[in-house]
Amino acid sequence: MVIDPRHVKVLRAEDIIRERAHTEAWWKRIYLPAVVMGLGVTIRNMVRNLIHPGGLPTIRYPEERRDYGARFRGRHYLKKRPSGEPRCVACMMCATACPADCIFIVAGEHPDPAIEKYPVRFDIDGLRCIMCGYCVDACPEDAIAMTKEYEWASYEREDFIWDKEYLLNWRDEKVVDDGYQPYEGEIDKSRMSRGTL
Amino acid sequence: MTDWTDLVISLIKAFLVFIGVVNTVPILVWAERRGSAFIQHRLGPNRVNIAGVTLFGLVQPLADVVKFIWKEDYAPSHANRVFYVLAPVLLLVPAAMTFAVIPFADVLTVAGREIKMQVADLNIGILYIFALTSLSVYGIVLAGWSSNNKYSLMGGIRSSAQMISYELALGLSVVGILMIYRSVQLDEIVLAQGRELFGVLPKWGVVTQPLAFVLFLAAIFAESNRLPFDLPEAESELVVGYHTEYSAMKFAIFFMAEYMAMITGSMLIVTLFFGGWQIPWVESAELKAAVGEVPAALLQLGSFSTKVLFFLWLFIWVRWTLPRFRYDQLMRLGWKVILPLALANIFATGLVLYFT
Repeated sequence: MVIDPRHVKVLRAEDIIRERAHTEAWWKRIYLPAVVMGLGVTIRNMVRNLIHPGGLPTIRYPEERRDYGARFRGRHYLKKRPSGEPRCVACMMCATACPADCIFIVAGEHPDPAIEKYPVRFDIDGLRCIMCGYCVDACPEDAIAMTKEYEWASYEREDFIWDKEYLLNWRDEKVVDDGYQPYEGEIDKSRMSRGTL
Repeated sequence: MTDWTDLVISLIKAFLVFIGVVNTVPILVWAERRGSAFIQHRLGPNRVNIAGVTLFGLVQPLADVVKFIWKEDYAPSHANRVFYVLAPVLLLVPAAMTFAVIPFADVLTVAGREIKMQVADLNIGILYIFALTSLSVYGIVLAGWSSNNKYSLMGGIRSSAQMISYELALGLSVVGILMIYRSVQLDEIVLAQGRELFGVLPKWGVVTQPLAFVLFLAAIFAESNRLPFDLPEAESELVVGYHTEYSAMKFAIFFMAEYMAMITGSMLIVTLFFGGWQIPWVESAELKAAVGEVPAALLQLGSFSTKVLFFLWLFIWVRWTLPRFRYDQLMRLGWKVILPLALANIFATGLVLYFT
């Protein structure tokens, strides 16, 4: 359809506003009742919050914490065998899966032929890690898992390189809930049923 | 000898008033931050403490002051140094001088000496206040211009246009009050408001001149650059306008001047429209006879402070309720609404006074 520009009615914003201003009731046009009503709204909210400050959405952080879900992806830890050694067999699955390339593993030969390999070094760079949890998904040994720990601020960059010893033992120093570990115990269970554990 | 005692009394009064007003500023900042927080469902600053004492966050202004003092006093290299330094002074000094003519209580008679409870009893009264408040526009324009920053300049220009427009409305809305109470001296205006109208209502300015009160309130909001008329600052479009380039104590002085302008405005509203230090339905002479000179003066001071604090809260309350005007809306309101209404009010007042 072709529109003849001569027949188009051009409406300017000012005209619309002026037209509307004349159709509104006079007590709306002087704005003052609306201003008073607005003041009533703000003071009502304020008095309610003063009387009942517990209803405020603010979480007073160091004293109060948000309750995060069970699948929260916080700082990793390495699981141990009953002997105290890491469950990790240095298969490199997690390092391969890691999209941020933050896991560094050096494999060594384990004296027990049933285990074959163990990590001589296992470092996670906390500044690179994007907390995606792919390492946990990738692990065939259920050796790495995540916790709900999210407070690891530091002044030193070195503090963000978590080595094997730290990842194995940091949970002894700080009590943190388990986070993302969807296959907890399943590998041991299937091995038990096949009699390979 | 008597001259010396008068001088000492004046100095003491000036000192006490100045200290009182300056110390109201941090309390206002606190009220603004905590009040706005509770209006917006937040908590506001409540962490700063001295040995565990937070006083509901009142220690926060103290920390702010320490921070302001120790911050680097940075001046941009492209600024005009002389005017850049002069501007905050030009804004603060008139703001601090305005309180001189506001009466805080009835005349106090101690040891046979009559002490007026105002720093300076000028016979031009309210004209002095208008003269000084119009000076503050120079501070703002100079700050905007000497910063050599386009946002600052825009803020300064807006401010000058706004202040000139609303000063007219401010002055005209008061004329009705001056006609009714037949004086420009604030202490006489307050005295005249002590009587009662029809035996029930106190003869306050807000009762005799309700329209003038609304117009004056709007104009005083515009004069003190507070929302909904804070176009010179306009964070969303001009950063913070004329004091964009200021830091440390120079910025703090702008801040103080804004709050002092608020205090001046509240005191003026109370003095002109809410009977100043008058306690409603209580005659000053009767009160003095009942409780004595000094307690009466203190009670009147309390009455005055309560009214002033309410209007200071109104300033804060309105800021967190209303959005900012657009520039053309501001101008239209000032010239096409408030000014004609103020003129009509003067005309009506004149008619009523002529025929009664």
